[in-house]
Amino acid sequence: MSYSDKVVDHYENPRNVGSMDNEAGEIGTGLVGAPACGDVMRLQIKVGADGIIEDAKFKTFGCGSAIASSSLVTEWVKGKTLDEASNIKNTDIAEELALPPVKIHCSVLAEDAIKAAIEDYKAKHKD
Amino acid sequence: MGVNTQEHPVYLDYQATTPTDPRVVEAMLPYFTQKFGNPHSRNHAYGWEAEEAVEEARKQVADIINANPKEIIFTSGATESNNLALKGVGAFYKNKRNHIITVVTEHKCVLDTCRHMEQDGFEVTYLGVQQNGLIDLEELKAAMTDNTLLVSVMGVNNEIGVIQPLKEIGALCRANKTFFHTDCAQAVGKIELDVEEMNIDLMSISGHKIYGPMGIGALYVRRRPRVRIIAQINGGGQERGMRSGTLAPALCVGLGVACEIAKKEMATENERLHKLQMHMWNRFQNELDEVYLNGDLEQRVCTNLNVSFAFVEGEGLMMGIKDLAVSSGSACTSASLEPSYVLRALGVEEELAHTSLRLGIGRFSTQEEIDYATDRIIKEVKRLREMSPLYEMAQQGIDIKSIQWAEH
Amino acid sequence: MSRIAYMDYNATAPVFPSVAHAMSTAIAHVGNPSSVHRLGREARAMIEEARESVADLVNVPRDWVIFTSGGTEADALVLKGCSCERVLVSAVEHAAVLKVRDDAEILPVDGNGIVDLNALEAALKQDNRSTLVSVVGANNETGVIEPIGEIVEIAHRYGALVHCDAVQMAGKCAFDVSALDLDFASLSSHKIGGPQGVGALVRREGLKLDAMFKGGGQERSMRGGTENLSGIVGFGAAAREKVNFVEIEALRDDLERQVKALGAVVFGDQVKRLPNTSYFALVGMPSDRQVMALDLANVMVSAGSACSSGKVKASHVLKAMKIEDDVANCAIRISLGWNSSKEDVEMFVQAWKKLVERVQAKQTKSNAA
Repeated sequence: MSYSDKVVDHYENPRNVGSMDNEAGEIGTGLVGAPACGDVMRLQIKVGADGIIEDAKFKTFGCGSAIASSSLVTEWVKGKTLDEASNIKNTDIAEELALPPVKIHCSVLAEDAIKAAIEDYKAKHKD
Repeated sequence: MGVNTQEHPVYLDYQATTPTDPRVVEAMLPYFTQKFGNPHSRNHAYGWEAEEAVEEARKQVADIINANPKEIIFTSGATESNNLALKGVGAFYKNKRNHIITVVTEHKCVLDTCRHMEQDGFEVTYLGVQQNGLIDLEELKAAMTDNTLLVSVMGVNNEIGVIQPLKEIGALCRANKTFFHTDCAQAVGKIELDVEEMNIDLMSISGHKIYGPMGIGALYVRRRPRVRIIAQINGGGQERGMRSGTLAPALCVGLGVACEIAKKEMATENERLHKLQMHMWNRFQNELDEVYLNGDLEQRVCTNLNVSFAFVEGEGLMMGIKDLAVSSGSACTSASLEPSYVLRALGVEEELAHTSLRLGIGRFSTQEEIDYATDRIIKEVKRLREMSPLYEMAQQGIDIKSIQWAEH
Repeated sequence: MSRIAYMDYNATAPVFPSVAHAMSTAIAHVGNPSSVHRLGREARAMIEEARESVADLVNVPRDWVIFTSGGTEADALVLKGCSCERVLVSAVEHAAVLKVRDDAEILPVDGNGIVDLNALEAALKQDNRSTLVSVVGANNETGVIEPIGEIVEIAHRYGALVHCDAVQMAGKCAFDVSALDLDFASLSSHKIGGPQGVGALVRREGLKLDAMFKGGGQERSMRGGTENLSGIVGFGAAAREKVNFVEIEALRDDLERQVKALGAVVFGDQVKRLPNTSYFALVGMPSDRQVMALDLANVMVSAGSACSSGKVKASHVLKAMKIEDDVANCAIRISLGWNSSKEDVEMFVQAWKKLVERVQAKQTKSNAA
């Protein structure tokens, strides 16, 4: 299997690796995947008072495509509203990274991670 | 092979295939060109010369396992040998006994053949293994009945390098009048093998796992007491009727010379490789936390380490060490990227199985290469752990098993 | 060493220099074609390139080619692995086809060794179980070419599949699996100037085939076992070689003209034959004695099929062609190839002429007595 240049770039120079405070009100955390399946993604978003995503961080256990997919979405969600971010499709990610068919599930997982992070944030701000 | 050039990755995949020894290549080359001839054309000189070379090779193969040359059948490789041994014995003795015992960690080709034979009316017992990868002899003994025709247990496992107790298995089989077949593709040239002392009735041998060429192997078939098999490839009646098809003298010569070299150099080679193996393993243990060796440390060939680097996914790790040629599982199945069935049989949990690398070292590995590879792996494991949410949780004392994971 | 005239190409052909070169590179390559790392992928690419070349040789898509350890294995793979309940084979098949299935039904041949098409049709008509018809493309002994196109046409009309053992035919004359509409074909590398120990089964996409060697999943799960890398690369290189069979045919015809003039009985020369093969008898001297005498004169020929483990017995092919034993037992085969020359033919005729003279002298003596 050979990887596209973009996957290699994100794998070697991942953007926005790190952690933010789980408990803080402005942080939404999505943890998706399962260790037994060979990939786990954690995506965290920091949402400003205006409802715009100010910052995003990730950590991923998985193959190069999983790491690249999560790195890419941290870049994409920044500056977007929650609605805009939840419109990111796995096909956009797969296309941008030129993922081969056997790696499409990585982009699906990344989309799930965004949705889970947004949900987590919204759950904290139900009222 | 040099270190860290884009042209030549450091080769650490000796269980998938070994480089052909230059001395083997040299012995083979004349048979690619000048010395052509069908070894079965017995009535002209070219045919004779080819036949002589094939017979010399047969002797060299026999010598490394203390067999008689007449007991060696050349095949296209260990997969064919395994198929021929199991199906061939099965077909001949089917009406006398029809129970086969094998082990869940055998090579796929043995397991697939056994499954196929179940459809043909054979009863197969698949023994489990202990946590160290070795079978429990008591369990084997208990599984044997008057109906047990054949026991098939590999000498050395291709993924985890553990050595099964062949001599003890052979003794149990002989006492029960059961045939003992062993897949020794990974064992020949790595451990001492003696078909007499170990009571082995059939043994599969591979060329390209012992620094010989691909496309050639052998099956040892005992003559006294005689083991009968029914040929699976019919035709010209070559190989004493047990395997038809024109033999390739170049490949036979290659396998023969590979055996001769292995026999001569095994002791010194093992001593050197054992040092490299332990050096690498000790460095992993000293410089990283949460590393686990899969398979027994003592009952193990010195050409293999199978290590789980917890919290770092194996394929992701392989991508980071592109300048090392390693495998994350058995070469035959690693394209599918499923966690290895061998590791699961050992009771290695799936999440840990996903983090394992098979590191194979061998005849052409150098201290310099091993140090370079070890440096690269340690550095990359550390980098990926910084990126791993699981490692972070473990550091914080969160039990990963306590989390409700959405399996997908 | 004095010059040797090698005239036994149907037993095995000398490898092309290009093949030896390609193989010495391949054998130095490290990497299991199933390994995911770069060295493994490079080995895989070498195999796929060879697959392309072999596919081109017989004009099929690349995916139809399954590499095996040779023609014999390819024959066994299809005869055992195809899901047909019934197998029809011709009486002049190679042992690799004849001996695979005990239940195979034998199709008769005519005096030239050509399959009786009426018998084929009758056999297909009387039994509607799923059937595989297996007929050799060109006979290894006589070189006679079977009417494969017509056989396929008849068989397909009755829903039967057709396999052609083409180990002698492919690479020696036009053999187009797609144009012939064949379902399976067996190929051998060492018959076309590639190495021994490698061959292929060509299988039409979609046809079911049960693997003979289970395990590993190689060759799209139809043939387990690590691929013979250097062998396959050599096979590919041989398949790319273009051999001038018009020249070879001219050499063969020249030789045949001369032996006929000396009294040889030639088999199969009235029908379509391989351009490189001549099969003829010198009545009065058994085959093995001719072969040995020629060997002493540095001329390498064969008494027929090379697979009969040295035993020289009356050819089943000549028997099926209803040739009398006293003629059949005196038959030898010469087969030419890419490196054959006028000098080879001259050496042969010189040496064989002496054998004719010996037979004549003996006859004169016994006549006188």
